[in-house]
Amino acid sequence: MSLHRKDENLFLFSGNEALAQGAYESGLQFAAGYPGTPSTEIIEYLSHLKEVDCQWSVNEKVAFEVALAAAIGGKRSLYASKHVGLNVAMDSLMTSSYVGVNAGFVIVSCDDPGMPSSQNEQDSRCFAKVAKIPLLEPSSPSEAKEFVKKAFEISEQFDIPVMVRMTTRICHTKENVALGLRTEIPVRPFGVNAQKYVMVPRNAYQRHINLEERLVKLKAWAEKTSLNKIEISDKKIGFIANSVVYFYAKESYPEASFLKLGMSFPFPENKVKDFCRKVKKVFVLEELEPFLEEHIRALGVKNVQFKDPSFRVGELRPEDILSIVKGKKKEHKKTISRPPSLCLGCPHRFVFDLLKKLNVVVAGDIGCYTLGFSPPYESLHTCLCMGSGITFFEGLSRSIDKKVVGVIGDSTFVHSGITGLINAAYNKTKGTILILDNGTTAMTGGQSHPATGTTVKGELTKQLSLEAIAQAAGADTVDVIDPAKHQEFEELLRRRIEENNLSVIIVRRPCILLIKSQKKQ
Amino acid sequence: MKKIQITDVIFYGVGGQGVLTAAEVMGWAALLNGHHVKKTEVHGMAQRGGSVESFIRFGKQVYSPLPVDSHVDFLVCLHPEEHVRFKDNLKPRGVDLIKYLEKAREAVADKKQFTNTFMLGVLSHYLSIPESCWLTAMEKVFHRSIEENKAFFAQGRKMGGSL
Ligand code: SF4
Repeated sequence: MSLHRKDENLFLFSGNEALAQGAYESGLQFAAGYPGTPSTEIIEYLSHLKEVDCQWSVNEKVAFEVALAAAIGGKRSLYASKHVGLNVAMDSLMTSSYVGVNAGFVIVSCDDPGMPSSQNEQDSRCFAKVAKIPLLEPSSPSEAKEFVKKAFEISEQFDIPVMVRMTTRICHTKENVALGLRTEIPVRPFGVNAQKYVMVPRNAYQRHINLEERLVKLKAWAEKTSLNKIEISDKKIGFIANSVVYFYAKESYPEASFLKLGMSFPFPENKVKDFCRKVKKVFVLEELEPFLEEHIRALGVKNVQFKDPSFRVGELRPEDILSIVKGKKKEHKKTISRPPSLCLGCPHRFVFDLLKKLNVVVAGDIGCYTLGFSPPYESLHTCLCMGSGITFFEGLSRSIDKKVVGVIGDSTFVHSGITGLINAAYNKTKGTILILDNGTTAMTGGQSHPATGTTVKGELTKQLSLEAIAQAAGADTVDVIDPAKHQEFEELLRRRIEENNLSVIIVRRPCILLIKSQKKQ
Repeated sequence: MKKIQITDVIFYGVGGQGVLTAAEVMGWAALLNGHHVKKTEVHGMAQRGGSVESFIRFGKQVYSPLPVDSHVDFLVCLHPEEHVRFKDNLKPRGVDLIKYLEKAREAVADKKQFTNTFMLGVLSHYLSIPESCWLTAMEKVFHRSIEENKAFFAQGRKMGGSL
């Protein structure tokens, strides 16, 4: 692709859009995910394409299984989520390499180094290794488009799910991307094959043997593929680098030699040894975990230098490359940027004004309302992961001697709050849970979910009733209230907190941005 | 290998001011002019009224999406209180457009949503991208009030270089 040209076909695409377009051109027929920064735009892009059957799923575990099964059923299929989303699908991921695929299946996991929008900065590459699936790492949006095509080919050739690992700096960088034509791939027939698709111990044992054989072949492939590319220039200094970090180094040291790793699991040991033989001094550059480092250390090559462990924290930036070369530690700079805050007119403001006044312990969850922890409210006291607003409410209630209120958003409740509520009721927990129902998945930009009654494609569908499901899960009382009615809201909450019941209050008022976007249409 | 000539711009301000939209227009204008462009964005939590920034780099070929030594040719700041964040990141011969922000605010008066377009106009004066590319870029990015946007862009473009 020549970038330096004026072309009607050229678009300014983010890494997410480019990846989605690449999947589309590969003949993608099914896609599922759950919104989460920095991954959201992948499914959003695909939802506009009529050839792709596409969904927001209830959560990542559901998305993963539906998408994997669609591939086993014979359609090229894709799963997309943020890094912590893949945790939710971990159970499914771990056995997916055993059963393999039929048509290609690609898992897109978007990491968030520096955590501009996450609760941790775990490294998805480790998951690929643990789950024993091949790992591709594009360095730019245009590579994301090319790599996802390769991923489908590898998946079908080796009968295995393939991970494409992205990072925020690639997901949300835009660059020139040329559109190509879609290749239609015929649906592959599904053959009954219990030994392959029914994972009882005896079958799974055979599949594990088969998986190890597939991995041997994949390793040989990783040694040969041009995804792992040696560029010899100045032989005095070389870099082994992956992801966007490759480009930081390439621009900072244009004269140096490079081994660019685009496929780092199975690890191409021989190519790495070969590179280290050709170049005098080699530096390994990678964000987050010492993933390449551990593989390379095991090879026993002597002329290699790694980053100081302090660089495992946060995003690597171009200016860090020099510090790593000099063997320095990372200086964790304080940023002076202004913190995010709830929008003016946000319905959550009423809730946290009241919770502050009531001086209760609040178990929080993930969404815009997590900002209730910060001034002026300072009245949200825990937040671990999706669904923890309810489970932490239960655990805290069982151990502390003060009133505890659980707070969870509508989308988050559907994602992983329902099981927590059933558990609380089943185990006789008393107290009050607020479901903050703003009618959308607000923090990621306003996506639909089962309780909104619309699909990702904007079609009407069955609407989950939060009232009915809270009741069915075992809440003793279920109320619905508009938080803007201050007095009524306060009276209700005070009353419910004092009762010896498990109460759910659905605090219903739409997100301001949702109202604005509906007005625009 | 010779260092490749790249132009670095940073747009910054506060979520909701149109920082990302202005950067998007700049990106398209450069692309339409035949440049390779890389542009960074912020999404999610960071957008809720917090600080927002977008780097744009363009030239014959751009490797890194972030400027290598964190220094840029142009600072386009849309919020006076945010200016300090990058004021020391200007290259020696770079241009800081903060001096035009007051003019932009006067020009748009209560139509604050056009401040970003006015500032784009000012920036365009300093770049050798033809006006036609800017106009097409605006048509691609703005879905509403295209004519008004073009008018404020033109005002800014005229103002460019005067301070
Ligand atoms: S996006 Fe909606 S829910 Fe989130 S802070 Fe703004 S108004 Fe509140």
